[in-house]
Amino acid sequence: MAVLTINNRFGANGGRLASTTPRFSLSRFGGRWLSPLALLLLWEAGSRIGLIPERTLAAPSAVLGTLVEMVMSGELPSNLLVSFARVAAGLLIGVGLGLALGLVAGLSRAGELAVDPLMQIKRTIPALALTPLFIVWFGIGETPKVALIAFGTIFPVYLNLYSGIRGVDLRLLDAAKSFGLSRWEQVWHVVLPSALPSLLVGLRYALSVSILVLVVAEQINASAGLGYLINNARDFMRTDIIVVCLMVYAILGLGADWLVRTIEARALIWRPSIVEL
Amino acid sequence: MDARLGFSTVDSAVHQPHPDPVVRLRDFTRRFGANTIIDGLDLDIAPGEFIALLGRSGSGKTTLLRTLAGLDEVRGQDVEVPTSRAVVFQDARLLPWKPVWKNVTLGLKGDGVRERSEAALKEVGLGHRMDAWPLTLSGGEAQRVALARALVREPSLLLLDEPFAALDALTRYRMHDLVLSLWRTHRPAVLIVTHDVEEAIALADRVLVLDTGRIVAQERITAPRGERASFAARLREKLLSHLGGDDHGDGVVRFAPIAEAAE
Repeated sequence: MAVLTINNRFGANGGRLASTTPRFSLSRFGGRWLSPLALLLLWEAGSRIGLIPERTLAAPSAVLGTLVEMVMSGELPSNLLVSFARVAAGLLIGVGLGLALGLVAGLSRAGELAVDPLMQIKRTIPALALTPLFIVWFGIGETPKVALIAFGTIFPVYLNLYSGIRGVDLRLLDAAKSFGLSRWEQVWHVVLPSALPSLLVGLRYALSVSILVLVVAEQINASAGLGYLINNARDFMRTDIIVVCLMVYAILGLGADWLVRTIEARALIWRPSIVEL
Repeated sequence: MDARLGFSTVDSAVHQPHPDPVVRLRDFTRRFGANTIIDGLDLDIAPGEFIALLGRSGSGKTTLLRTLAGLDEVRGQDVEVPTSRAVVFQDARLLPWKPVWKNVTLGLKGDGVRERSEAALKEVGLGHRMDAWPLTLSGGEAQRVALARALVREPSLLLLDEPFAALDALTRYRMHDLVLSLWRTHRPAVLIVTHDVEEAIALADRVLVLDTGRIVAQERITAPRGERASFAARLREKLLSHLGGDDHGDGVVRFAPIAEAAE
C-alpha cells in the first residue's frame, strides 16, 4: 500500500514535470504519418537498388505513374464505374430486402415466426460459399455478381433492424400510447427512430461486406471492372496495376465508411456525444 | 370533528359523490393470473379536484394509474375516464430524437403546434429551451417539459405518477409550486400517485390510501395550502398508520431485544 502511494506521487510529479516543460511533440506535427512514409521510402529504395524485383512488387513511383496513366486513358474510371454499379445494385437489393424483412419480423409476431427462422438458417451459409451455385443458376454475367452482393448484405441489415425494433424502450412506447398516438404513429415516432442507431450499424456492416464480396465476385470471368483489371494484370505480371486496383478497393471501403458516418452524424444528431462535437 | 383541524375522514357511506365526475370507477377489479391487484374499487374524481394516492409498492397504485391513463384494457368493467387525459411519469419519458418543442406537441396535429408548444413551455419556464435536445436537459427541466407536454393537451384529467421522486428536495418544492399554479390556471382534475406523505398533504384536496387493491382510508383536507403546517404532523401520523407503518417505526424489525436475549 505504502509503495503504491509513493509510486503514485512519483507518477504525479513526473506528469507535472512533463506537462510544464515545453517539448517538441511529434504527434502534433503529423507524427502518425511518419512510419507509413518511412515504409514507402524503404519500398522505393528497395525497388531502385533491385532488392524488390518489379514482377514481385512495382515501386511506389511506378504505381503512381500507372495510376495517372490509367486515369488519363479513362481505363480506371470506366472500370471503376462498372464495379461501383455492381456494388450499388447489389446493395440496393440486399439492403432493401433486409429492411423489408427486418420490418416484417420486428413489427409483427407472425412476421417474426415466418421470417426469423429462415434468416437464421441463411446466416449459417457464408455468402461466398454460394458462388458455384450462383454461377450454375445465373451464368457468368453480371447477375451472379450482383446476386452475391445482395445475398451477403441482407443479413446484417435485417438482424440489426430487427433487434433495434425489438429493443425499443417500452416506457417510451407507453408514454406515446398514453397521449393517444395510433399504432402507426407509435411506429413512426417511437419505434423506428429508436431502431435507427442499430440499423446504421447494420448498414455499415453491409457496406464492408459488399466490398468484400465484390472482390471475390469480380474474379468470376469478368470482362470489365476492377476485378477484370486485376485478373488481366496478373496474366501480364503487371504488379503496378494490381497495386493501383488494391488502392482503389481501399478507397472504396473508406468512402463507404465515410458515407455511413455522414448519415449517422445527421440522423443521430440528438445523441449527446455527437451534439457536443 | 376533525374539520376545524383542517382535515376530516371521508365516510364513504355518508359521502355524496359529485353528480358529474370526470372519473367514475365502480367495483373495479384487476387480476393477473391468481393475483388480485385491484379488488372491487370504487372511485369518483370531481372536475378540478386534486387527489393524492398513497400506497406502498405492490399496493396496486401503478395498476390503477395505468387503467386511468387508458394503458390497460378494461373490457367488461364499469370504468369511466375522460378522453382528454395526460400523464406525467416518474421518468420524463421524452423522445430523445425529437427536440423539446416537438416532444411537447407529440401526436398533436393542425396549424400552430409550434406556437402552442412555445406557450406551454413558457408556462413552465422553459421557453428558451424549445429547440434543445432532451438528453441535454437536467432532471428538473425534463420533468417540466413533461408537464408542458401534458398541459398543452388541456386535459380534464392530469395523472402524475410519482413525478418528483427522482428530483432533489429543492427542485421538488419548486415543482410543487409549479404544479399548484398550473392546476389553478387550468383546473384539471389531478391524481398524483406518491409514496411521500408530506407531498400528499402539501398538494391534495383529498388523500387516498391504497392497500392490497382497496382504498383503506380517505382524508379530505379543507385547510388552504400553505396553512397546513399546524395539523400536518397529526395527519401524517394518521396516514402512516394506514400505510402499515408509523413514526415510531413499529413496522421495522428491531434487533436490540435479540441482542439482549443473547446476553
